[in-house]
Amino acid sequence: MTRRGGRTARLQSRAAAPVSRGPLDVDTLTHQRANIGAGRVALIACGALAREILAVNRANGAEHFALRCLPAILHNHPEQIAPAVEREISLAKSDGYEEIFILYADCGTGGALDEVCRRHDVARLPGPHCYAFFEGVEQQATRQEVTSFYLTDFLARQFDTFVTKPLGLAAHPELKDLYFGNYERLVYLAQTDDDGLTRKAESAAETLGLRFERRFTGYGDLATALSGL
Amino acid sequence: MADDEQDIILSELNDEELTLQMHDDLYDGLKDEIMEGVNILLERGWTPYDILTRTLVEGMGIVGIDFRDGILFVPEVLLAANAMKSGMSILKPLLIETGAPRLGRMVIGTVKGDIHDIGKNLVAMMMEGAGFEVTDLGINNAVENYLEAIERDQPDIVGMSALLTTTMPYMKVIIDTLVEKGIRDDYIVMVGGAPLNEEFGKAIGADAYCRDAAVAVETAKELIARRHNSVGS
Repeated sequence: MTRRGGRTARLQSRAAAPVSRGPLDVDTLTHQRANIGAGRVALIACGALAREILAVNRANGAEHFALRCLPAILHNHPEQIAPAVEREISLAKSDGYEEIFILYADCGTGGALDEVCRRHDVARLPGPHCYAFFEGVEQQATRQEVTSFYLTDFLARQFDTFVTKPLGLAAHPELKDLYFGNYERLVYLAQTDDDGLTRKAESAAETLGLRFERRFTGYGDLATALSGL
Repeated sequence: MADDEQDIILSELNDEELTLQMHDDLYDGLKDEIMEGVNILLERGWTPYDILTRTLVEGMGIVGIDFRDGILFVPEVLLAANAMKSGMSILKPLLIETGAPRLGRMVIGTVKGDIHDIGKNLVAMMMEGAGFEVTDLGINNAVENYLEAIERDQPDIVGMSALLTTTMPYMKVIIDTLVEKGIRDDYIVMVGGAPLNEEFGKAIGADAYCRDAAVAVETAKELIARRHNSVGS
């Protein structure tokens, strides 16, 4: 008798951790913590926003920020976000930061992140997720697009890492309809004009079998929030 | 899996070996092998109910535990669920014919504004496997859909699912409506979904928050038994 497979075989086949290629590399921002800058205000942010935050700060000539990014992949386990942010707040405080701002929306934490913010008397970005604050929280709430699947610049770059691989679509394309059968459209909320990213987002829509729409948002409420700090 | 490991012939295994192999095949999402195993056990005279509970439901229990513990991930659970579904497709008509025990009736749906149904579908399938009759309302359900189904099917359990933090508050709208109509206590209300937790379930007035499909089945059985006991006492 031979074939068993199952739990024992699966536990033996788990793979290794990724390698870092500098703090702004998308794979680094996806899987690792990254510290950029040494200003007096600590920005604790999702790694998915790092490039956009730095672009806004550059445009504003703002040099008073120390950006402390947490791995963007936490979004695939939203229950880990609030504890990770809380740990980072404690670290930032122990590093001497008195002013701290949280660059996360609720991000699927179901209010847990707000609890952390209340406990530490710090504020966060408005809205339920980054799609909302890029497009404008109020504007997006009025759209009522329940059958739209969103990508941002970061997610267009990292579509395979955040969608194809964790959902097992490369190995099991037959699962596509189970995940996306109720969606009708992929909306690419573009922060920048980048033909390469638009092509990637369009190809993601094709992979998922969804209609494609590109909507330029710029940095939306993220820019407003950073400008006020 | 290496080629030399695929030489197994399911029909040559004894019942115990075959049951364990079916647990592993379910774990690995092997649809055809599960269907073959079910047919072999039927030929050996197992009742459909025994096959369902001892191979499929028990096997999915292992999958549920390993999903909870972070050993298995969503795609693997879905493949396992698909394998179970293929086994169920053989057993379901036979279960009806043989009058397998029914534990109760459930109405389940994803709430208004939410189109995510993976978790809800898993719960519906596992509940059916455990012996519940399930009415699946599908996705994006307003309170009216629940009320209509409750009146029509007279369930023991009302189940609500949501994946989004923006839609989970709608569960409270449904429970509040049941309260307003004076029928809240006629039903067991169970809620689930990735952003929910026990505290939220309590805050909106549900009877139970269920972290995953396996927990939902156990909770449903326990609450139904408790209800029967309180009626009997």
